[in-house]
Amino acid sequence: MDIVYTIWLRNVKRYLRSKSRMVGSLGMPLFLLLVLGFGLNSVVAIPGMEQGYIGFIMPGIISMSVLFTSVFAGIQVIWDKQFGFLKETLVAPVSRLEIMLGQTLGGATTAVIQGFIILVLSLFLGLDISSISGFGIAVIFMLLIGVSFTAFGIAIASRMDDMHGFQLIMNFVIFPIFGLSGALFPIDSLPAGVRFLTLLDPLTYGVEGIRYGLLGSSQIDPGISFAVLSGFTVLMVVVGSYLFRKISV
Amino acid sequence: MYAIAVENLVKKFGDFTAVNNLSFEIKRGEVFGLLGPNGAGKTTTMSMLSTMLKPTSGKASVNGFDIRTNEDDVRKSIGIVFQDQSLDEELTAYENMDFHGRLYRIPKDTRQKKIAELLKLVELDDKKDNLVKTYSGGMRRRLEIARGLLHEPKVLFLDEPTLGLDPQTRNHLWDYIAKLNQEKGITIILTTHYMEEADKLCQRIAIIDKGEIIALDTSEKLKNDIGGDVITIVSSGRDNLYSAIESLPAIKNIELHDSSITIGLQNAEKHVAQIVNIASENGIPIDSLSIHKPTLEDVFLHFTGRTIREEEASTKDKMRMMLKARR
Repeated sequence: MDIVYTIWLRNVKRYLRSKSRMVGSLGMPLFLLLVLGFGLNSVVAIPGMEQGYIGFIMPGIISMSVLFTSVFAGIQVIWDKQFGFLKETLVAPVSRLEIMLGQTLGGATTAVIQGFIILVLSLFLGLDISSISGFGIAVIFMLLIGVSFTAFGIAIASRMDDMHGFQLIMNFVIFPIFGLSGALFPIDSLPAGVRFLTLLDPLTYGVEGIRYGLLGSSQIDPGISFAVLSGFTVLMVVVGSYLFRKISV
Repeated sequence: MYAIAVENLVKKFGDFTAVNNLSFEIKRGEVFGLLGPNGAGKTTTMSMLSTMLKPTSGKASVNGFDIRTNEDDVRKSIGIVFQDQSLDEELTAYENMDFHGRLYRIPKDTRQKKIAELLKLVELDDKKDNLVKTYSGGMRRRLEIARGLLHEPKVLFLDEPTLGLDPQTRNHLWDYIAKLNQEKGITIILTTHYMEEADKLCQRIAIIDKGEIIALDTSEKLKNDIGGDVITIVSSGRDNLYSAIESLPAIKNIELHDSSITIGLQNAEKHVAQIVNIASENGIPIDSLSIHKPTLEDVFLHFTGRTIREEEASTKDKMRMMLKARR
């Protein structure tokens, strides 16, 4: 456990130290929140949403922030590979699993902090948290998104030699995951085919879970969301550990 | 018991054999050098001994532990300074050390004490709270060496420790390494392609070429193999010159290379006139001639028939093949 903590500590230290990255990755979610939120607030009416469209997408934007930060944190293993630091950890008398778990929890922590910042900013934009327990639920779902997608990033990084493929992953994997997740639109009103796709997207359950926590209502039962997302998290950690074990530098 | 014992070690990448049937032993407290051109298999050997790579076949033990079956004990016994930098630049020197100490599960009190002590040893204690990205190449190397020593390894692996450093820093590092070996009795295995470095630091040297050891001895003995002095003659008529002087009794050995002839003999000063006379009698032009005490460069040339430079050019293709095979 002390090894997992050591690796976690390094990740968090690095994150807290790079202020530009912290602020930089707030830009996109905040931009979307303001532009889409205020831009479409008066045009789009979502049945059963008292907070309007901006209230509806807040949980979605928080998920997005967690998603992007965690995938990026996972993929950063490539930097460690390229700059040689990974060797230092791999040659130490510790198991790969410990290293992988440390990286995952470290990445997840930074992702949750990032999502939390958006959450706090949302409070100023009219977000009204229904209850303390609801807030707790939202944080749990943020953590699950963080852990699963950091592990996902590590899995990808384990198979990549350099950052060249990063853009590819961003455009063809991460954006679709975000776009299909129901972060920006209610999934009930979708045509059956698209709805099927959104239900295949693990992030959908994260968004819905956070939405349930923060707004008190969601289109997918929070129990189901929790079960699906937890299952996905376990799967990703297993896949990530397996691929990370085979990494060679 | 040996600090390192290697028996018939082989590593293949696809069809390419990077390390071919290597066998050698390193005594405790020895400084041992693996000398050879780029792509000779030095780093591959180091990677296998440090459990980073699995050997294709053969056996090896480090500090008495088998590298295949007892990885963790091997890892605890060794400190490594890699060829490429392996520091976290976003952390301070102290944090890099601290991270390492925690990874090796050194208790807090000991850890803090040792870090302070080692940073002092490599003269970085006044800059310990600066981010590593502000460090110069030499400072980084020193920090890496200090870090490699933190968990008190029995064997220190130095893979091209002075590559890319300026001569002054290089000299400085050599002093550190020699001091470490003398004061702490640490066994050191280092790879290098600088002849001078191996000559200065290592008690015994293995010359390695194309994955095989072609000579292994003390630097003195390796040099004596060639003869007392070396005369290098560059000449366009070197074939004729070769046959003309080949049979001179003073010459211990004579070799014909792509552009030059090297002659190993005792008291070169005495015999050089004779050689030049023979050349002019036969009308053979001499472009240049030099006499020097043999260096390891000459030794390498003697054993492989190529200079290290020639060798590096031809191994480039092999390296490419190897990289392809690894993908």
